[in-house]
Amino acid sequence: MTALNRAGWRPEMTAGGADDTVTFTGNRALMLEEPLIFEIGSSETTGVDFDEETPVADLGNLARSTPIGLPGLSESETVRHYTRLSRQNYAIDLGLFPLGSCTMKHNPRLNEKVARMPGFADAHPLQPQETVQGAYAVIHELAEWLVTLTGMHSVAMSPKAGAHGELCGILCIKAALEARGEDRRVLLVPESAHGTNPATAAFAGFSVEDIPATAEGRVDLAALKARLGPDVAGVMVTNPNTCGLFERDMKAISDAVHAAGGYVYCDGANFNAIVGRVRPGDLGVDAMHINLHKTFSTPHGGGGPGSGPVVLSEALAPFAPLPFVAKQADGGFRLIEEENAGEDHPETFGRMTAFHGQMGMFTRALTYILSHGADGLKQVAEDAVLNANYILRNLEDVLDAPFGFSGPCMHEALFSDKGLAEGFSTLDVAKGLIDEGYHPMTVYFPLVVHGAMLVEPTETESKAVLDQFIGALRSIALRAKNGDPALKTAPHFAPRARLDETKAARNPVLAWSEPAAAPGVPVASEVGGG
Amino acid sequence: MRYLPLTSGDRSAMLAAVGASSIDDLFVDVPAEARLDGPIPGLPNQASELAVERHMAALARQNRAAGDGPFFLGAGAYRHHVPSSVDHLIQRGEFLTAYTPYQPEIAQGTLQMLFEFQSQVARLLGTDVANASMYDGSTACWEAIVMARRITKRGKALLSTGLHPHYRSVARTMAKYTGDVLVDGDPRLEAGTDWAALAQAIDKETSCVVVQYPDILGRIDDMTALASACQSAGALLIAVVTEPVALGAIKAPGEMGADIVVGEGQSLGVGLQFGGPYVGLFACKAKYVRQMPGRLCGETVDANGKRGFVLTLSTREQHIRREKATSNICTNSGLCALAFSIHMTLLGEAGLRQLAAINHGRAKLAAAELAKVPGVSVMNRSFFNEFTLLLPTAARPVVHKLAEKGVLGGVSLGRLYPDNDGLANGLVVAVTETVTEDDIAAFAAALKEVLA
Repeated sequence: MTALNRAGWRPEMTAGGADDTVTFTGNRALMLEEPLIFEIGSSETTGVDFDEETPVADLGNLARSTPIGLPGLSESETVRHYTRLSRQNYAIDLGLFPLGSCTMKHNPRLNEKVARMPGFADAHPLQPQETVQGAYAVIHELAEWLVTLTGMHSVAMSPKAGAHGELCGILCIKAALEARGEDRRVLLVPESAHGTNPATAAFAGFSVEDIPATAEGRVDLAALKARLGPDVAGVMVTNPNTCGLFERDMKAISDAVHAAGGYVYCDGANFNAIVGRVRPGDLGVDAMHINLHKTFSTPHGGGGPGSGPVVLSEALAPFAPLPFVAKQADGGFRLIEEENAGEDHPETFGRMTAFHGQMGMFTRALTYILSHGADGLKQVAEDAVLNANYILRNLEDVLDAPFGFSGPCMHEALFSDKGLAEGFSTLDVAKGLIDEGYHPMTVYFPLVVHGAMLVEPTETESKAVLDQFIGALRSIALRAKNGDPALKTAPHFAPRARLDETKAARNPVLAWSEPAAAPGVPVASEVGGG
Repeated sequence: MRYLPLTSGDRSAMLAAVGASSIDDLFVDVPAEARLDGPIPGLPNQASELAVERHMAALARQNRAAGDGPFFLGAGAYRHHVPSSVDHLIQRGEFLTAYTPYQPEIAQGTLQMLFEFQSQVARLLGTDVANASMYDGSTACWEAIVMARRITKRGKALLSTGLHPHYRSVARTMAKYTGDVLVDGDPRLEAGTDWAALAQAIDKETSCVVVQYPDILGRIDDMTALASACQSAGALLIAVVTEPVALGAIKAPGEMGADIVVGEGQSLGVGLQFGGPYVGLFACKAKYVRQMPGRLCGETVDANGKRGFVLTLSTREQHIRREKATSNICTNSGLCALAFSIHMTLLGEAGLRQLAAINHGRAKLAAAELAKVPGVSVMNRSFFNEFTLLLPTAARPVVHKLAEKGVLGGVSLGRLYPDNDGLANGLVVAVTETVTEDDIAAFAAALKEVLA
């Protein structure tokens, strides 16, 4: 906390109050500063009451003998602490959050209500199977939807997030190759892919090679064909790709890879553009993860939890992970896991996570899907694509759209920093958007475009919101082209100005520690109230 | 459709603005063979909130909720009372509907929370640093094994037989494809851990020893000697904690010399949720921080000198390093980490210690009562809030018969180790503060009837 002096003035305040940006508390009306729990809590304070006395523990020499150092707050202080913190965040609930490839759409609150029903939220993953038939039914019903919407053969539900789903798909490919007795070690990944693709391939023991792109931002089919061979296990293609374009040659890519004995992994991060309108199964895909937190609107939660079920072709289905839910002839459900896999699923590559996957996300995603239905989901894709094209065409005269000539975009519009004034960058545009009341778009990704700005509005934004955003981004683009110096120091109105990331990385402070008291400086507790 | 704000008038105007005559013009790049004429056949159309809620509620009712009666399941997922304010606060839209804090100026809420979470986790586990969370305990455990391989440049991991069998399964799955060598096995029904034997088994190829604390059978043991054995052999000690509440009563693994401590944080704030989403804890000694997987939040200052927080050391991560990253993890478990952190803040040190003491006391009471059932004995020499009962018959059918009597009476070792007949009579019983004395009496009575 900022040290106080006895006069009740912070040192930087002038006696006459001439500088109206400085206050005694550091607060500025509704913009409230909040210390760390370690600075306001104490090890004696608790916000939880128990009904009984503490019994004496008999844990011998394993008993805790030293303080842990965990601060506690009363319930009232706790509610205030986290409420104040929450107000320093931007969120979809506050406005447009056009983070490309992340699909920040509205999170319906019915989904939250359903996920909290005790039958779902208060069930243990190892309960006797006859006591959790409803949970299995949810997993099965969602699985059927995902299989039908993608036109695939089956689905592995347990992966915990998109990258975990990629790992699942890649392990299926590895297991399938092993079953064929082939040792193929190369996965081809376009340079425009999400970083998770090459990282996943490497994590599973493959080596990664780039697939070149054409000038219009799509996979170079001829170059891909030329590279295929007996050492290539397959490709990882994102479709629609991260330039916001549909891979027109997707079927030809799949056919060529299959003819060369490989498999096709599709990164389904951008499924929102085509859900209900195009089935990846019709394009020859062997495996694709679906980010339930993107397309099916389970909340992003400040960085997860996600959920990444993987739909599989008939060729890869036998290798899917354990456990999974199977419907029986009598209409009931049972779990296929290690003990019965030998009979029912002998070629499985094994288990990826302790339990059944992200049940809390399954209930939300199924609720979302049932709310939309087949017709509503088709409308989702169409409105998402229409909104993105509306942004692309209304901005391409002021911001460089490197693939604007390549045809309509899908659910996201890609711009570059070409044409900004000397010394002005994509970062400045992003920070300018913050002052206008928006979360910036994805920046510096994909890597194939210099100073990339990837804008994904999603279908849950109205035309009025898009019109205002277009106006704001046009204004910032013009300021960046004309070299407005105020943009270099944006944001000016956020809870914090630009943060020093170099300092954070050079001298990492990753946990709180008690500050050493500087001599002569009174700490807050020594200062009287008036 | 209630979530879609565009009107048909908007759509027409916007299509005209982009120069398209119909929406199909925007899907022109989809190959002809993949174009669909209308909605995908065989699926229902949109439904009202009322209709959807009715459908989902009917499915929820087909489950027996843990709170419906006496409940004693643990084995990696524990039922604790979560204060009401936790769920209220995590549903603040600014937390719920934000994403990974890529723009720190407008994400200080999430970032400060993560910094507090990391600090709480590091202190609880007795380590220097912790990351901003992993998917769950089982995946965190594998990531720790891979991290030990990176640090030691050795490829053999010794897994204690007391490690959760699902965690072992995850490691086995991954090791099959990465070339890591695992030495593992099933536990034996004996009062003590296998740690002394593990210390003997460490050799020059050993990257790490993985122990669970408390272990799958509920046993607790001092890992100090094992930590020294690891250290002198150049191997790392990885401790896995699936019940973090235990650390309110017993020594932290880091305090006893563990190099990496991972865990399942579900016990605090998150709830059972039928297995997920959960929150993986990942912590280690400071010298290994650059080999850690996952997001890390660090303290810095802004251009005006004000304290602030950012994601940092991201040159370890996939979005920068791609195939050379320490892990492929991207999205972690932010909202569950928030729930964990709020619950921990509400408890504080005093509350956590009291909660842990109550759990231990309740478990001792339950163990004493259940041991009175004819033919039943408690295997453990020591335990926190979970212990293993030895029954005179196979435990698996007993669990189902108990369920028929309304008691969810633990997890049978037959379910966890179906191929090991030697473990069939074991029943793992967890007893938290949510269990009442009446519940214990009901369990003992039902068990007596079932075994009679």
